[in-house]
Amino acid sequence: MFNKTEEKIIELLNSLASSFILVYKTIISCFMKPFETNLVIYQMVGIGLRSLPVTILTSFSVGMVLALQAGYSAMYVFNEPLYVGTIVTFSIIKELGPVLTATVITGRVGAAITAELGTMKVTEQIDALYTLGTNPVKYLAVPRFLACITMIPILATIANIFGVVGGFVVSRYKLDIPSTVYWTDTLDFLKIDDFFHGFIKSVFFAAIIAFVAIYKGFGTKGGAEGVGKATTQAVVTTLVLILVIDYFLSALLVALRIG
Amino acid sequence: MIKIENVHKHFNENYVLRGVNLEVKDGETLTIIGGSGSGKTVLLRHIVGLFLAERGTVEVDGINLGAVREHELHEVQKKIGFLFQDGALFDSLSVGENVAFGLRYMNLSEQVIHKKVSECLMHVGLAGIESVRPSELSGGMKKRVALARAIARDPKYMLYDEPTTGLDPIFSDVINELILDLQKNLKMTSIVVTHDLKSVYKVSNRIAMLLEGKIIETGTPDEIKNSVNPSVQQFINGSSKGPIKLKIKEYQE
Repeated sequence: MFNKTEEKIIELLNSLASSFILVYKTIISCFMKPFETNLVIYQMVGIGLRSLPVTILTSFSVGMVLALQAGYSAMYVFNEPLYVGTIVTFSIIKELGPVLTATVITGRVGAAITAELGTMKVTEQIDALYTLGTNPVKYLAVPRFLACITMIPILATIANIFGVVGGFVVSRYKLDIPSTVYWTDTLDFLKIDDFFHGFIKSVFFAAIIAFVAIYKGFGTKGGAEGVGKATTQAVVTTLVLILVIDYFLSALLVALRIG
Repeated sequence: MIKIENVHKHFNENYVLRGVNLEVKDGETLTIIGGSGSGKTVLLRHIVGLFLAERGTVEVDGINLGAVREHELHEVQKKIGFLFQDGALFDSLSVGENVAFGLRYMNLSEQVIHKKVSECLMHVGLAGIESVRPSELSGGMKKRVALARAIARDPKYMLYDEPTTGLDPIFSDVINELILDLQKNLKMTSIVVTHDLKSVYKVSNRIAMLLEGKIIETGTPDEIKNSVNPSVQQFINGSSKGPIKLKIKEYQE
């Protein structure tokens, strides 16, 4: 009845509609009783606390490499490492902290959510929830969504701190910049709006990670192969969405004079 | 009572149900038989609200499942126990937590839940395994735990999807005895989907045969055995010769 292009368009529209329905149902279910507090806390520990070491390690390393690159580039141009603290801090707090944290969490948490929900789907565990009178969106999606949008911005804030400290370590011990100069460069130009610029972005990234992972998990078809495909699609889709939306979100926040 | 009228369902090009009509009376055990891929499980899933009919109606106690809101559907689902073919136990929870799962939303005290879980596990012959993980159980044990979970809420209706598939003859008979026991002692209305004829004759009050998306015959086990319908005779005799043709050529293409 339809040709292949029309079928693809219908399929795309269907998946867009069902993803919006899932987002709507998840947000509405957050305010409906019973509140699954224990499940939310369990997910917060899994998503937040267990992601802390890898988040700290990556942000500290990125802060170090940023300071190194900024310092040597400045020396090449100005013959001395100027404004290293400023460059590191602005790059980390407004951009790299939220984006890098979201990237790391996508690989660690987003993939795990899709694989777990996908396995539950193909082994009929999600159907079993329905037959036991439980709403799977309320029981599975809401705790994961709430844990993501609370813990990922907190992780991004911690990443900001460790990124700036990483930059300080290289500035002080590799580039021989005095501590007071680094911290003066850091704090003199930084405003609270700059922090909110990154923080707001990380809330949006958290929502993207949660919704894509949950949507792909619930939509898994087939056996083990289906779970693998869904997990890969979730990670790739999330990363692309984060990087594309990052630009538009940054432009919007700048236009609104937030950072 | 469960009333199914003119139910249609298709997946892509595959028209699975093409106008199914069926009534299940309170207290009876009805078995739906039919070849693999004939739509038995799809029909069962319509009764519990996992699928909604594209055309036609499925009514449980007079409530049309296709015309109710989601929370009303959940209320209907609470009256129905469903035994999945592979058990569908929650592998992140212990056996005890699996059986207790549906009870946690019934405002019962922990003491009552604990007692009920023990009773249900005892009923399926698996007392004292509350702390064991589903991954440590055999196929037969998983099915019995799933049955314990399904009956824990004292459902009015019990749906069994291939309850004996993949089990050895002795375990199959244990499951059949459990179905009979639930019918006699708990007065549950049961719908069993299977193509295990030994099981069919043992547990059924009535049998319905599904072929090409329609119920082609219903009757007591004796009526089905003596049916003059050649398709029914071919199926119960397990013969490859007759009006039911396997679509082997289509698969080969």
